[in-house]
Amino acid sequence: MSEIESRGYAHPDALVSTEWVAQHLNDPAVRLVESNEDPLVYPQGHIPGAVEVDWTRDLNDPLRRDYLGREGFEALARRIGIERDTTVVFYGDRNNWWATYALWVFQLFGHDKVKVMDGGSLKWHQEGRPLTTDVPAYPATHYKAADRDDSRIRAFRDQVLKHVEGKGRLIDVRSPEEYTGERLHMPAYPNEGALRGGHIPGAANVPWARAVNEDGTFKTSEELRGLYENGAGLSPKDDVVVYCRIGERSSHTWFVLTRLLGYDRVRNYDGSWTEWGNLVGVPIER
Amino acid sequence: MAEIPSKLADTLDAFAMIGDRGERIQLLIDIANRFREVPPEIAQRPFDKEHQVPACESQAYVWGERRPDGTLDFHFAVENPQGVSAKAMAAVLRDTASGAPLEQVAGISQDVVYKIFGNELSMGKSMGLMGMVGMVSTLARKAQEEGG
Repeated sequence: MSEIESRGYAHPDALVSTEWVAQHLNDPAVRLVESNEDPLVYPQGHIPGAVEVDWTRDLNDPLRRDYLGREGFEALARRIGIERDTTVVFYGDRNNWWATYALWVFQLFGHDKVKVMDGGSLKWHQEGRPLTTDVPAYPATHYKAADRDDSRIRAFRDQVLKHVEGKGRLIDVRSPEEYTGERLHMPAYPNEGALRGGHIPGAANVPWARAVNEDGTFKTSEELRGLYENGAGLSPKDDVVVYCRIGERSSHTWFVLTRLLGYDRVRNYDGSWTEWGNLVGVPIER
Repeated sequence: MAEIPSKLADTLDAFAMIGDRGERIQLLIDIANRFREVPPEIAQRPFDKEHQVPACESQAYVWGERRPDGTLDFHFAVENPQGVSAKAMAAVLRDTASGAPLEQVAGISQDVVYKIFGNELSMGKSMGLMGMVGMVSTLARKAQEEGG
């Protein structure tokens, strides 16, 4: 049993170790994708053979607040040289925060062969593994994507409002200061992009980074259950909506709940606080 | 309105000449490599939270050290080892705001972040970098109020 398998996850194959990645650097069935919060991290040095997928430039529609459509995703997939059966391994800075976001967007298009490198790029760096500044080029593929399916893992504001009215479970993964609304009222803080501070009524606060250890690896299933079940009162059959400020941090929690703890019904509300905190006519809680 | 520090104006001019994203990134990485952490005679871990930059996910800290002429030398720490952008911002501010007239430093607009990093920055990232600029300006304003 591998160390990752020993942690008791529902889907241990959702994670791979840095060692596994090191052994698959030249595996044509595997594509490494680095996604970062800081746009300077990939150009400064990345895992040999890894391509970059940038949230701002690659995953969003430039003219409407939405993700790219099927054609845009196909163009991205063809550019990074993947086929429908390519195993895509995501990793990045900040405890894989943006890596899980990119993974979540890939799932909207039905690319299910996805994994996360446990510990992210920091662990790879700290283990002294090879890095390069060479940007690889792969032959373009003829990738055909499914239409984007927003119904399973994505939530929109009207659905969230119904969820609130039905006393559904919500997890706010922002910092406690954002959750209470204190941060918006602190004069030294820049505007958070929302008119009001607070949280969606009924949401429990579990900051996203509590799911990882200091070295960036994910906590064991027992520790995670302690956080989300004993701490926040969730149970695996719950219908859960997770959110943060724009849906990036909450995609990390979505990954933890669905892939590591095996929850079937978790949706990420990517409108998140920048939408809810500005919406006319919806309640908030402080 | 006070002028901006002349070295900062030169740096902004250099960035304004750049048309290509790759060139901008390379320049920023070169600048980030010039980052030097706050010397131990100024501050040591655990750093005082009073010096922490608000809204900066990379956990940046800023200190102002008074020079004999009354101006400030700025020192930085970035606790995220992968906080390359924060290190680049720190190196720019240290090199261009240190020793500049306090009224000029106090007047640096947070918009310089976009002039340096371009318009593609995510909101969270820009808030943190703007927080670093804001903290430097605040330290200069406080030093002005305290007088030489």
